[in-house]
Amino acid sequence: MKVVLENLTKKFPGRTRKDPGVTAVNNFNIEIPDGKLIGLLGPSGCGKSTALNLLSGLLAPTSGKIYFGDEDVTDLQPEKRGIGLVFQNYALYPHLTVIENILFPLENLKGEEKLSRDQMMKRAMEAAKLVQIEMLLNRKPKELSGGQQQRVAIARALVKMPRLLLLDEPLSNLDARLRLQTREEISRIQKETGITTIFVTHDQEEAMSISDQIIVMKDGVIQQIGAPQEVYDDPKNLFVAEFLGTPQINTFEGEVKDGKLYIGNEAVLNVRNVNDQKVYVAVRPEAFIPDPEGPLSCAFKALEVMGRDTSVVFTSKFSERKALRAIIGADVKVEPKDGVVRFRLRSPKTEIFNRETSERVYYEEA
Amino acid sequence: MMEKRDLKGWLYLLPAMLFLGVFMVYPLIDVFIYSFEEEFNFASQSFTGYGWDNYRFVLRDPFFMRAVRNTFILVIITVPLSTGIALLISLGLSSIKVVRSLFQTLYFLPYVTNTLAVGLVFMILFKRTPVSEGLVNVLINWFGGESVDFITGPYWAKMLVMCIYTIWVVMPFKILILTGALASVNEDYYKAAKMDGTSRGRTFRKITLPMISPMIFYLVITGFIGAFKAYSDAVALFGTNLNAAEMNTIVGYVYDVLYTEGGGYPSYASAAAIILFVIVLTITVINLLVSRKHVHY
Repeated sequence: MKVVLENLTKKFPGRTRKDPGVTAVNNFNIEIPDGKLIGLLGPSGCGKSTALNLLSGLLAPTSGKIYFGDEDVTDLQPEKRGIGLVFQNYALYPHLTVIENILFPLENLKGEEKLSRDQMMKRAMEAAKLVQIEMLLNRKPKELSGGQQQRVAIARALVKMPRLLLLDEPLSNLDARLRLQTREEISRIQKETGITTIFVTHDQEEAMSISDQIIVMKDGVIQQIGAPQEVYDDPKNLFVAEFLGTPQINTFEGEVKDGKLYIGNEAVLNVRNVNDQKVYVAVRPEAFIPDPEGPLSCAFKALEVMGRDTSVVFTSKFSERKALRAIIGADVKVEPKDGVVRFRLRSPKTEIFNRETSERVYYEEA
Repeated sequence: MMEKRDLKGWLYLLPAMLFLGVFMVYPLIDVFIYSFEEEFNFASQSFTGYGWDNYRFVLRDPFFMRAVRNTFILVIITVPLSTGIALLISLGLSSIKVVRSLFQTLYFLPYVTNTLAVGLVFMILFKRTPVSEGLVNVLINWFGGESVDFITGPYWAKMLVMCIYTIWVVMPFKILILTGALASVNEDYYKAAKMDGTSRGRTFRKITLPMISPMIFYLVITGFIGAFKAYSDAVALFGTNLNAAEMNTIVGYVYDVLYTEGGGYPSYASAAAIILFVIVLTITVINLLVSRKHVHY
């Protein structure tokens, strides 16, 4: 089922007369395709959980419409929307066993939807099998590890056969190893069931790694929507460029003048079809090529050897960042002279953004 | 190393242990021994031997049996009622947002109000005086009923007043505990239940109640124990001669055989106290057994 948001806005009123309140979700217009895994990504407090709550119906929007398929669900009660929601803390009922937790939503069904005990058991077992917890059915939630609790929560959300599955920060309560495992697990379950799934996260790596599409948000406003690689390679503004990717993209203050891109007095690239203006130059760590004759000079700080590749740590007068990073192959030699390291820049991974608007400025390499 | 640390620990415990030993443990043991000393003479501090005589006497004493009956009626009526009403009020309190703290304060007032003041209020409500019938009787009359003498009248009327009084006095603490317990239930459980279309009744039965069950259990246990120990409430309402008023309680009986006129029988008092202890113990054990199935920690 596809999900369409139309001018969706949620404002929280201020507590006092002077407090203007917060617009947590500002004029969302999205069409989420059927059967895809969508990552809703943004820093803490950007309104992504609010967006999720609007979809689930736990919050009512200030204005705008939500469509599930062709059905307008804006004013529909949460339970009528056919949504499975997995909470950040899982919200498993602690006094019920795993199987009782999974059965709980089915026992609520009334009227025509009402199931016999056998049917319920069958559905619950199917859900349990899908998330591979068949052997834990009689345990209480507190006897499970974080990852297992997560699976139970997903099973409980799936057992109703929802049209849409929502996951709120699904991996934030897990340790690093489980996180890797679980995100593959979520991806697998999504593919097996084919349910349109939206998950919220502040971790860009998480979102990039499993999403079919990511939606990047900031301060209640959608910044960019697209396939992860597409958004990474072609960020629309400085925020998106800086938010995606580890290590972070390196930002310098620079200027376009007479067909050349300058950082300070150093012309780092020849550019075409772009007006003269002050810009931010954002360079992906992999776009630096160490070159003793290179145009860009930076103050060398350290080399961090990571086996497969090496990261060069340096600073620049033209960047506010305390440490800039270049990732280079382990076999490439770096020879700083008098504490200065010089680079050439690869143009496809070097983006420029207007200094005032922070919007992307497209250029061609000359 | 270990031993030295052990010693230090005991040293820190010493003041409390001394205090408890002198004022709690020793008297307890003493009461137990007293209860078996037959034909104990208070003046000469002598007795004829050990046996069940005191228990036999107490259990055959009609005043004691009346006290037991009163106490049981009081317990059976007030514990479930006060807990239930407190739960309803707490649910109400936690579902309103406006003027909630005002109501919370109002409901908590009895807890901090002087017993004498409370007694006075009940007098105004229930007691007949030459100038007034009492507020409740005024109301009864207004609805066309006949006046009832609540303080010196029929047994059921006196028991009614006693129960209302007890419930009213124990309620604030229960409301306090239960509103706290309700507030501590994570909001996400309710959201999850809402997403699943759980009805309000089922949410209450299947989520709220199990989540606050340890607190309810605590209130029931302490409620039982408190009600079995009832005495001062009866005195506040019906004066010190509770036997004459037919409103004596077990603790009242213990006091009577010890101190009132015709008293001075520590052996009988001890036996009665031990019987009370056995009753409370039995009820508590039953409570614990029941709770194993229904209380979720």
